[in-house]
Amino acid sequence: MLFRYLLLLFFLLPVKSFGLIEVDITRGNLSPLPIAISPLSIDEQSKESFKKILKKENIGSEISLVVENNLKQSGLFNPLDKNAFLQKPDIANLKPRFEDWNLIKAQALVTGKVTLVDEKLRVEFRLWDVLAGKEMMALAFTTVPTNWRRVGHIITDKVYKRLTGEKGYFDTRIIYVSEEGPKTNRIKKLAIMDQDGFNNKFLTLGNELVLTPRFNPTNQMVTYLSYFRNLPRVYLLDIETGLQEVVGDFPGMTFAPRFSPDGKKIIMSFAEGGNSDIYTMDLENRIVERITNHPSIDTSPSYSPDGKYICFNSDRSGYQQIYIMNSNGKNVKRISFGNGLYGTPVWSPRGDLIAFTKLHKGKFYIGVMRTDGSGERLLTENFYQEAPSWSPNGRVLIFYRETKTNSKGEGFSAKLWSIDLTGYNEKLVETETDASDPSWSSLLTN
Amino acid sequence: MIIITAMSLPFLSKKPLDLPPIVSVELIQITDKTNIPFAPKAKKIIEKVKEREKKLVSEQAPPKITKKQKPDAVPLPDEKIDKVKKIKDDKQNPEKIDNEVKQVSEFEKKNLFDPNNIAALIDKSKVESTETKNKTDKVTQDQEKNIDYKGLSLSEEDALKAQIFGCWSIPLGLPFNEDLLVRIKLQLKPDGSIISSEILDHARMNKPGQGFYKVLAESALRAIKLCQPLRVPSAGYERWKDLQLNFDAREMLEG
Repeated sequence: MLFRYLLLLFFLLPVKSFGLIEVDITRGNLSPLPIAISPLSIDEQSKESFKKILKKENIGSEISLVVENNLKQSGLFNPLDKNAFLQKPDIANLKPRFEDWNLIKAQALVTGKVTLVDEKLRVEFRLWDVLAGKEMMALAFTTVPTNWRRVGHIITDKVYKRLTGEKGYFDTRIIYVSEEGPKTNRIKKLAIMDQDGFNNKFLTLGNELVLTPRFNPTNQMVTYLSYFRNLPRVYLLDIETGLQEVVGDFPGMTFAPRFSPDGKKIIMSFAEGGNSDIYTMDLENRIVERITNHPSIDTSPSYSPDGKYICFNSDRSGYQQIYIMNSNGKNVKRISFGNGLYGTPVWSPRGDLIAFTKLHKGKFYIGVMRTDGSGERLLTENFYQEAPSWSPNGRVLIFYRETKTNSKGEGFSAKLWSIDLTGYNEKLVETETDASDPSWSSLLTN
Repeated sequence: MIIITAMSLPFLSKKPLDLPPIVSVELIQITDKTNIPFAPKAKKIIEKVKEREKKLVSEQAPPKITKKQKPDAVPLPDEKIDKVKKIKDDKQNPEKIDNEVKQVSEFEKKNLFDPNNIAALIDKSKVESTETKNKTDKVTQDQEKNIDYKGLSLSEEDALKAQIFGCWSIPLGLPFNEDLLVRIKLQLKPDGSIISSEILDHARMNKPGQGFYKVLAESALRAIKLCQPLRVPSAGYERWKDLQLNFDAREMLEG
């Protein structure tokens, strides 16, 4: 009883607070982080040697340009104009004069140097926190000189991860369907390039129609669909060895083969007796297993990163909508309920979102929603666009967009575009030819 | 069957595709191996600053040696009177025992906390606070003391928040569904510049698997450095000389 009264008194009597003042900072700016990428320094001897090998005037500047362009494309960084730099690239061997970099409002700084060691390219780089005046990271790379662009991508990945907290997506490749010729008679080839559009290479000659190439999430294998004598065939292509093999011929229409997260299975849909359902195929023993069995059209399956669930689209409700189910086909749940038709669902590598294409009132949208269907966000709208594919860190989507033709059937084009989750950073991905059906690889270096 | 097989064979035995090679890149951590020096110019500047700081310290006059006096601060008039009274009391009644330290039995204690008196106590406190309000606007030492215990006013807090919002570049790659709250304790100068900043959960910075926390903490520290001097109130330094900022980006990251 006494204790109760004491407690009451404690709360009722005016007590002076001696606590520390706390201020909650719950907002910040989303503007790109100002970063200075100092050209990598290079000694005269190495410079001349690289000039002979790579036909590049200054390989140090070229590598730093790769880093700069990558960071700029990401939309999260603002690489500062090199003309404003007060310190020269020779700072690679010294601590920077932070006050000079502070003056141009740089918050982070990349310095480094390039040397030729035993006929190999050696790059050292350091990332500095200008405001704190301290080194954040220092790494060295050694590789063959022709690999110099990849070194730029790897540096970008390291810088990106250190400053944003998530893995980068720059040392990656994109496989896509290259398209040429008039709309009625398109020649379609399989092509591959670095994520920034460089090192483009055609993988097939264009004799057969190729569709929906998809990367294995664990390695550099690709599965795609090609028509051989008007029959759809699923192929496997090993990017590292260049070897390819037929997985199998399937009856009727086959759609969108895609790997399971462990890369051991392929999931796809094909039509049997006019009914399209979802099947998996074990790549070791080639056993095909039926996952859905419904009179409606079930297509575009995609696994969750843990392999426990599958998202797919189906018209079982009367309209094309997105569903999820357990990986054994049980517990089917509809998750999209908005107006319009939903298709091509793809589970994010982070597992938190599902990207999709939506058709509503004659317009196509690329959007994302949570895995329970909540929080739908439409990122971009256009006349025709589809087939989103996630970057390996789950931050950016690549997709293709087609333009309208005029009355004479001219003016048609198909291009690759990328957009990040904010929906603001939309970029055209340059390709040598028209392009469709892109698929993003995992990181080449982990 | 034979025809199909014959037709398929040439395709299956296709030559490998000519693909760009994926050449491995060797990676080495060089942070620990090297300790690169400052540029000569920067080194000179740093040395100059250090010398200047040394001089400043040595040029200061040594503190005057004074006879140790008991009370450091000048007591308030009321306190003076109290002390005089107390001394008088002591002298007049040396054996008097103070009620506050007097031991009482359980029974007596119960009497001391008569519930009927609580209401009276509350009323008394109300009267006291009203009296304080009615006093003149002139800032007295007592009032200054009262201000010291209050937090920032809404407008003062808003001004500070708005300033830091502008300086804080949120690392957009962080997950919104993790426990990411960075608490930084600041010691400030009267002009709002920072004497020291301390991350309260500093141990998390170097723990494995706490990469996101580290990135967030570094971004928060950058924001504070970029913003200083902070927009602090012109008066009441004692109130805000120590300040805690809680950086929480979850709302922004969730979108």
